[in-house]
Amino acid sequence: MTTEQSRIRNFAIIAHIDHGKSTLADRLIQTCGGLTEREMKEQVLDSMELERERGITIKAQTVRLTHKAPDGEDYQLNLMDTPGHVDFAYEVSRSLAACEGSLLIVDATQGVEAQTLANVYQAIENNHEIIPVINKIDLPAADVERVKRQIEDVIGIDASDAIEVSAKTGIGIDALLEAIVTRLPPPVGEREAPLKALLVDSWYDAYLGVVILLRVVDGVLRAKEKLYFMNTKTTYDADHVGVFTPKLVKTGQLSAGEMGYLTCGIKSITETSIGDTITHERNRCAEKLSGFKPSVPMVFCSMFPVDSSEYDKLRDSLGKLALNDSSLHFEPENSTALGLGFRCGFLGLLHMEIIQERLEREFDLDLIPTAPSVVYHVYTNKGEKIALYNPADMPDPVYIERIEEPWIKATILVPDDYLGGILQLCQERRGEQLDLTYVGGRAMAVYRLPLNEVVFDFYDRLKSVSRGYASFDYELDGYKEDDLVRMGILVNAEPVDALAMIVHRTQAEKRGRHLCERLKDLIPRQMFKIAIQAAIGGKIIARETLSALRKDVTAKCYGGDISRKRKLLDKQKKGKKKMRQYGNVEIPQSAFIAALKMGDE
Amino acid sequence: MVQRLKTLESVAFPAPGFGIYVHWPFCLAKCPYCDFNSHVQDDVDHARWRGALVREIAHYAETLPHKQTVTSIFFGGGTPSLMVPETVAAVIATVRAHFPVAEDVEITLEANPTSTEAARFKGYAEAGVSRVSLGVQSLRDVELKFLGRQHSAKEALAALDLARQHFTRSSFDLIYARPGQTVADWRAELAEALSYAGGHLSLYQLTIEKGTPFYTLYQRGEMPIPSDDEAAALYEETRDQAAKHGYDAYEVSNYARAGEESRHNLVYWRYGDYLGIGPGAHGRITIDGKKYATRAHRAPQIWLERVEKHGHGAHEDTQLSCEDRAAEMLLMGLRLAEPLSLTRLETAAGGAEVLNWQEIRKAEAAGWLTVTEAALQTTEAGRLRLEYLLSHIIL
Repeated sequence: MTTEQSRIRNFAIIAHIDHGKSTLADRLIQTCGGLTEREMKEQVLDSMELERERGITIKAQTVRLTHKAPDGEDYQLNLMDTPGHVDFAYEVSRSLAACEGSLLIVDATQGVEAQTLANVYQAIENNHEIIPVINKIDLPAADVERVKRQIEDVIGIDASDAIEVSAKTGIGIDALLEAIVTRLPPPVGEREAPLKALLVDSWYDAYLGVVILLRVVDGVLRAKEKLYFMNTKTTYDADHVGVFTPKLVKTGQLSAGEMGYLTCGIKSITETSIGDTITHERNRCAEKLSGFKPSVPMVFCSMFPVDSSEYDKLRDSLGKLALNDSSLHFEPENSTALGLGFRCGFLGLLHMEIIQERLEREFDLDLIPTAPSVVYHVYTNKGEKIALYNPADMPDPVYIERIEEPWIKATILVPDDYLGGILQLCQERRGEQLDLTYVGGRAMAVYRLPLNEVVFDFYDRLKSVSRGYASFDYELDGYKEDDLVRMGILVNAEPVDALAMIVHRTQAEKRGRHLCERLKDLIPRQMFKIAIQAAIGGKIIARETLSALRKDVTAKCYGGDISRKRKLLDKQKKGKKKMRQYGNVEIPQSAFIAALKMGDE
Repeated sequence: MVQRLKTLESVAFPAPGFGIYVHWPFCLAKCPYCDFNSHVQDDVDHARWRGALVREIAHYAETLPHKQTVTSIFFGGGTPSLMVPETVAAVIATVRAHFPVAEDVEITLEANPTSTEAARFKGYAEAGVSRVSLGVQSLRDVELKFLGRQHSAKEALAALDLARQHFTRSSFDLIYARPGQTVADWRAELAEALSYAGGHLSLYQLTIEKGTPFYTLYQRGEMPIPSDDEAAALYEETRDQAAKHGYDAYEVSNYARAGEESRHNLVYWRYGDYLGIGPGAHGRITIDGKKYATRAHRAPQIWLERVEKHGHGAHEDTQLSCEDRAAEMLLMGLRLAEPLSLTRLETAAGGAEVLNWQEIRKAEAAGWLTVTEAALQTTEAGRLRLEYLLSHIIL
């Protein structure tokens, strides 16, 4: 059964985190009967455990709905749920390219946020018809008129006919479905033309192998056909062809304008290229689609297993995660202090946190992650250019001609009341103001900032100075030379390379002092006195002394309850296993993590 | 020759003895620092409880294939001075009826120094109690109030006086390193306490235990307990003062004149066997060379019903592994100032490697441990840092 293109609507959902995007998607699925009551778990589309727990969407998901419109016709609605976080902006851009329209969800109690803005602009660039949807109107704090004004003032699109809904209670869902049918355009591909389909995403499924999410632009794709992938220049036999309801349902074919999935015996996602054009082997289309820019890792950190015998397990686990996450990069690293581990590249800080958490939770690994850092360009006086991923690899300063660091252009939206703190924060982080505008009680600040200053703890600070009200988005904005130095940490004169970082010279002393103070609190007292120092080259810039342990014995021995003491001892010994030895000093894993998460109070 | 070596070993390392611990789980009020198994209940059926305690002792006596000679009985709690003397008498008589009992058996009862409880001292003495340990805790009324105690300093001293008349031996507890306590404050209070002491004192630094009201205050930052450094200074002051009065710190928190040590507690520290009688009581029993850890059900009513039904209230009965045995021997034994026999440790470990000799040498170099062919012995410095020491020297 093929649906005429005039009765197909492909749309994406754009929203800030917590504005109810996934709930709305679930509600649409339920209303259109995509799943039975029993199958309806909360946030159906966020299938990863972590996604459901944190309430965020990481991978784009798609689902085909059948909607019986008041005109009596059945419409095929293809919904794409997209990640809301800036780290996954790349996934958003791919989803948008596969649709003709977008629903812009704005929380009636919160208003427009920076990430919404970035995604809407992407949708506008993709020539999308946009339907503003104001969600959570059932809440007492909802202020629909104010949010409408914001949409018009901040984003610059007409919000007079915004749809008001409550995804939670179901209010306005019918009106929304009607708007999708009447206001969004149908796709305009040619069914009779040679096959041309966009490879939107791919992931690994234990039963099916690699599953490809695609959008057919022209022509018809059928099972058993011989296909040709134009970028990778490879040929495959189409195996299963079908759609998501969101369960995988075989349909045998997909026609121009439709979205669905394809399996064709591919074993690894590394064999697929996101943005590739899929056509028939025999009857190829003339031009391939423009595709996407490849994702570029922006934030790096190293991860070492606490128990060095778990190195192989860490490698296999990273490999498994990379099967479904083409933006995760990793390569082996050998640290004198931390042993064998991996240098990993991420799209951003949230991406990094999620990967670390999944490794610990799903693969039961205990990890020591190093401080997040960015890629520096080091120019040596021999004229070489080195991309420096790891502060530990920095060449001796005498061989360095100059160092460049990556900068970003950041857009921050914040209620006026908190603007002062935000501007001060940007200033402290070496920011350069590009623009500052006020719209309806909110300010929009645009800054150029070194990425290095942002990966550190910028986001946490931003949230704390604005009491959670500021939102933030950024894009890369080139490299720039600056006075950057490598700051090392020494514990009893022994360098701890996991704590080494590259900082701006003007920030070094402050950061070094802070890190030393922090470590003094985090390292337990030991048999002897311990010196904790921060140094640039041979020069000590900060120092703290941790005095020797004086007393830790418990006063009482609980009558005859020796078991309790023994269990306590077992716990202490277990804790000791999580320690790393530097010279004769033991540093617990928790100290690394806490020290690296530090904020400047 | 072998015989002579054995004799030498037993002179250097006295036998731990065999003790019976009897737990009375009731209190008039719960103290805000205490996390022991204690319950406030007014209508205790004394006859029924007496029956159950007696029955549990008899049950153990019947099930043990080999009966060791009892060297100590200890009534702990809760507040055992809320027991009626008949119950204490019945328990002691039951032990005597079922076990060989050493001639110089030490029978201790923990008592609160309130006047009503002191009135029962005569009855306890007649029941066979030879030693009382009084929960004085402080000689300052303000502090007693803070610690949630029901008595005044004056009452405590009167109870102490009365105890001397009825019992051959006595001890009392004090809690120090309290919030805001200075070394000078403590010096004065301790000097006073030492002048009243009858050969033994337990001087505990205040420990904040999870699940107590003090813990809640501590979590909220309203319990300014001394830092490690201040606690160490208070400890050193305590040791000096006690030594001046002829009291040795024979264990981390216990001070005695020679020969006045608590024999019952030495059973624990020397890792001997002991029976745990009553709700929540722990025991260690060796049968055919295997050591078992026993734990009775903590809830008084459940324990009572179980004993009445099955003869015992045991909740858990676990055989300890060689490693566990050795670890327990070390974590108890190194609390003592006396040396711990390596031969005894090897026997407990049953051939398992339990010591990290590299760490032991480090501790020795730091002056925390004295190591000989035959024994390990903590120095005072080592005892003060025992948690660190244990977590390093035990594999």
